[in-house]
Amino acid sequence: MPVIEIAGKPVNVNEEGFLTSYDEWNEEIARELAKQIEIEMTDEHWKIIKFLRDDFKTQGETATSRRVQTVGGVPVKEQFVLFPKKPAKKMAYIAGLPKPKGCV
Amino acid sequence: MRKKLIVLGGGTAGTMVVNKLHKKLDSQEWSITIVDKDNKHLYQPGLLLLPFGVYEAGELLKERDHFFPKGIEYIQAEIDKVDADSNTVYLVNGKTLVYDQLVIATGTTPHPDQTMGMDDAEIWRKSVFDFYTLPGAVALKDALNRFEGGRLVVHISEMPIKCPVAPLEFAFLADAYFTQRKMREKVEIVYVTPLEGAFTKPVCSKQLGYMLVERDIKLEPDFVIEHIDSQTKTMVSMDEREIPFDLLVTVPVNMGADFIGRSGLGNDLNYIPVNKENFLSTKYPNIFALGDASDIPASKAGSVAHFAIDMFTENFVEHLAGRPMTHNFDGHANCFIESGDGKGLLIDFNYTVEPLMGMFPLPVVGPFPLLKESRLNHMGKLAFRWIYWNLLLKGRWIPIPALMSMAGKKQATQKEGVGSHASN
Repeated sequence: MPVIEIAGKPVNVNEEGFLTSYDEWNEEIARELAKQIEIEMTDEHWKIIKFLRDDFKTQGETATSRRVQTVGGVPVKEQFVLFPKKPAKKMAYIAGLPKPKGCV
Repeated sequence: MRKKLIVLGGGTAGTMVVNKLHKKLDSQEWSITIVDKDNKHLYQPGLLLLPFGVYEAGELLKERDHFFPKGIEYIQAEIDKVDADSNTVYLVNGKTLVYDQLVIATGTTPHPDQTMGMDDAEIWRKSVFDFYTLPGAVALKDALNRFEGGRLVVHISEMPIKCPVAPLEFAFLADAYFTQRKMREKVEIVYVTPLEGAFTKPVCSKQLGYMLVERDIKLEPDFVIEHIDSQTKTMVSMDEREIPFDLLVTVPVNMGADFIGRSGLGNDLNYIPVNKENFLSTKYPNIFALGDASDIPASKAGSVAHFAIDMFTENFVEHLAGRPMTHNFDGHANCFIESGDGKGLLIDFNYTVEPLMGMFPLPVVGPFPLLKESRLNHMGKLAFRWIYWNLLLKGRWIPIPALMSMAGKKQATQKEGVGSHASN
């Protein structure tokens, strides 16, 4: 797996550029990742990213869109407004967490 | 007084558990009771093939109690709720059962009512069908028979779902079915998924991406359904995309049993949070959840239940003796995937290792090729029905180890990972 430099820090990423180590993430890196996918971070964006980070710590899994709605309090429709087209994948990318996957 | 083990649910997982534990536990010390609302055991892998005329409904049903060992108690009743603080199961018929240890194996069920418009009487099982239930699969067989052409949409509402590759298999089988009926050009097949693609893991994306293109199956990814307009027969997504359909084959939102919600034991989809390595409830030291009923991040599939229960049986004995559970489950899954025209693929993977190429179960000689279409894999799928009824449910030995093995698998190289950037 490659190591690349983001926001002046070397981090481990997978072949799609997702961070692979929970502890290598910080807010500077998140801002940089968001910029790469053309998202400007606002308070509403941060609310979701922080929820995902905290939730992963206790659950060991990236929260689903449903969970971001029911537990994190941000409706799925709004997730589509904040992270257009692919909210689940984009939220995970910025939060430095694994993307949602099927079995194949 | 004997101690009481109660198993809720007599499906694939529940039936395997009572067969395994009946042999393991001392009957002087433990009594085993299994509860299910009816006495019909459904061979669920058959539901995918029934709509295409491979099976009749009667071939997929047997009596549950035929598979329970002698010497256990079977109660046919609906479950009202579990009070975990007083170790009590309340049945709808007013009776109560008190347990020392509880195993919940009540599976997952499609809930069309969770998507607005999906179960409207005008369209439900008229132009919108599920196939993970026997009535749904039977009704769909008839609809496919009568279908004269138009847009067939195969759709997943939300993950997780039971048997996650089944919708993809359905699309492949539909392609072969309409080709055989010499009307493929009259049918547009569209595969609609809330995920980023039909394949989301690197090696699968690379090796199997051709399968949709070759079959002219159109893909609509990242589609999170908001509602169905039953008047215009159109699916509408959260970001206001619209997909009209003539025939919709959908996998509704899947949820664990209602009583789990009523009992306060589940998450937002009524799945029971457990330790993913040993299935012990994260809240109660005498409740386990097995099979599709738990929240483990593995596929909801019979093979996972089978491997999980092999590990659980050993763990449970340790747990009763007050020792730490040492048989950690790795999320092993092993599934045949139908690809149409009498061919199939085989995938073998776990929590951390994605499906890879190679041969299974033995290196080089296999005989089953991994991630590759072959007739043998299709034969494997058909042969499995006999194995299921005669060996698997009864807890007899099957020559596939519970933990995943790397033998015969080709390691993924960096280059094989394709995938797209998050912004694509």
